[in-house]
Amino acid sequence: MTPLIALLALPLAGALMAVAVPHRGARIAGVVVVASAGALIMLVAQWGIPHAAPGGWGAPLGIMLEADGLALAFMAMVLAVMAGVCATAAPMRELPTPFWPLALLAWAALNAIFVSRDLFNLYVGLELLTLAAVALVATGGDKALAAALRYLIFALTGSILYLAGVVLVYSAHGVLDVSLLAATLPAPTDRVAMGLMTAGLLIKTALFPFHVWLPPAHAAAPAPASAMLSALVPKASFVILLRLWFEAMPDAADDRLLTALAVLGALAVGHGGIMALRQTRLKQIIAYSTVAQIGYLFLVFPLAGGDGAAQPWAAGAWTGAVFQALSHGLAKAAMFLCAGLWIIAVGSDRLEDLRGLARGLPMTAMAFALAAITLMGLPPSGGFTAKYLMMTTAFASGQVVWALVLAGGGLLAAAYLYRPMGALFAREIPAFTPVPRYLQAVPLVLALLAVGMGVLSDGLYAFLQLGRPGTAEEGL
Amino acid sequence: MTVYAVTGALLVALGLYGLIAARGLLRRVVAFNVVGSGVFLMFGALGWYEGHTDPVPQALIITGIVVALSASALAVGLVVAHARVSGGQVLEDDAP
Repeated sequence: MTPLIALLALPLAGALMAVAVPHRGARIAGVVVVASAGALIMLVAQWGIPHAAPGGWGAPLGIMLEADGLALAFMAMVLAVMAGVCATAAPMRELPTPFWPLALLAWAALNAIFVSRDLFNLYVGLELLTLAAVALVATGGDKALAAALRYLIFALTGSILYLAGVVLVYSAHGVLDVSLLAATLPAPTDRVAMGLMTAGLLIKTALFPFHVWLPPAHAAAPAPASAMLSALVPKASFVILLRLWFEAMPDAADDRLLTALAVLGALAVGHGGIMALRQTRLKQIIAYSTVAQIGYLFLVFPLAGGDGAAQPWAAGAWTGAVFQALSHGLAKAAMFLCAGLWIIAVGSDRLEDLRGLARGLPMTAMAFALAAITLMGLPPSGGFTAKYLMMTTAFASGQVVWALVLAGGGLLAAAYLYRPMGALFAREIPAFTPVPRYLQAVPLVLALLAVGMGVLSDGLYAFLQLGRPGTAEEGL
Repeated sequence: MTVYAVTGALLVALGLYGLIAARGLLRRVVAFNVVGSGVFLMFGALGWYEGHTDPVPQALIITGIVVALSASALAVGLVVAHARVSGGQVLEDDAP
């Protein structure tokens, strides 16, 4: 079994085993984390683009799997977050038993989406991810059911729109493989097909104004599930968007369309930030922050897409967006895991109940602060590298307005993250249940990874260029 | 075959309207299935060329039906659980 196939098969097999042996879920997940880490290290060490054709069937009939730099980087981020989620969830007795199979199933779906090159297979992966994610929200108990249902209705609408687009693509081109599609001639139905697929994926990525399902769903789930939902799930549909607009049909991009995507992104940054300022519960603040942070990702379309794809700055903007997705994933997982530990410690996530908690649980407060630095985009974090790359592109290509969005979003993030930080570091002696130190260390490691992405950005930048679409320029 | 493709497109439109406009959760699940059926019908019709059929859409439709069925099962399960807790089948914010 090749390491690439192992990365898909391990979480899937783990999910099935966790169904069969429910009370051993945590242990099974632990084995999957360790084995996946081994497989991933083998793949990264090759420093190439490993690919596989399951069953010996290549494209167009079979499904090609390919782990380019983008796929490997996302799989590594998912592995880090899942390791953190498993470590904090393992000692939680109150987690319902379906959590473990669902978490592993979502992981398998994420990896399948990252390496898949077939549009229909991506649809199956998206559905698998959606069903697992909705069920994860529902593990939050009775109060989470309404949020899970709302999420499901949005997600089903999104997936059916995506599927309708896939149907049009197939009837026009007769192939569904991303690389083969790029080699075909454009068809008149391409615009409609891309519109349908993009609309479906925007709903799943929770871009403004399709974000209304996200904050209640992410806040209602148990904290380890929230960490997965907020950090990982929206990234899968974003990766498909990147594959569509930059690899499958780069010529279908129309300047106005790409600008429209970025305008929605800018509105998401503003709306998410302002809504985050108005919340009184920590999990709601973090969830609205996800809405804002997702907005940045969509600035990549006018910066690196369309005619701009041939420009020397495109590499910088594309890589910047990927940096943003990766660093946000790590930082957001750290924040939700912190919130989970604080709920254990004081029994609530209201800001007034968290006052002074930095004295009691200093490591988690440190983790939250480091994650906040990444979300604000301050150096030397991964979020800073992301914004730096996108901002230099915005100036180089004369699209200064997107640089203003990046700067304004950073200020808003500083404002809405100041409130939980202010509460944490208040000069009060809190009453709390102690939390073991090794649990406190988990979010700290994730937050350090997010900061480390900025410190070690050179290597990661070079790695992401493996298989990057378009002319792999040096960037700016 | 155009008749089938157009019927499929009409079903998609009808279902999407239901999915967005209906308040009852069960109605929305049914609407989702109507959209799904429309897409599958369209896919099947578009896979037919002068006298021969392309087998790929048929294989994909079968996979799609399985996926839609599991999604509907989860949706109905959640609707039932929600109805047990809240006593109704309308989401709170949507109530008039």
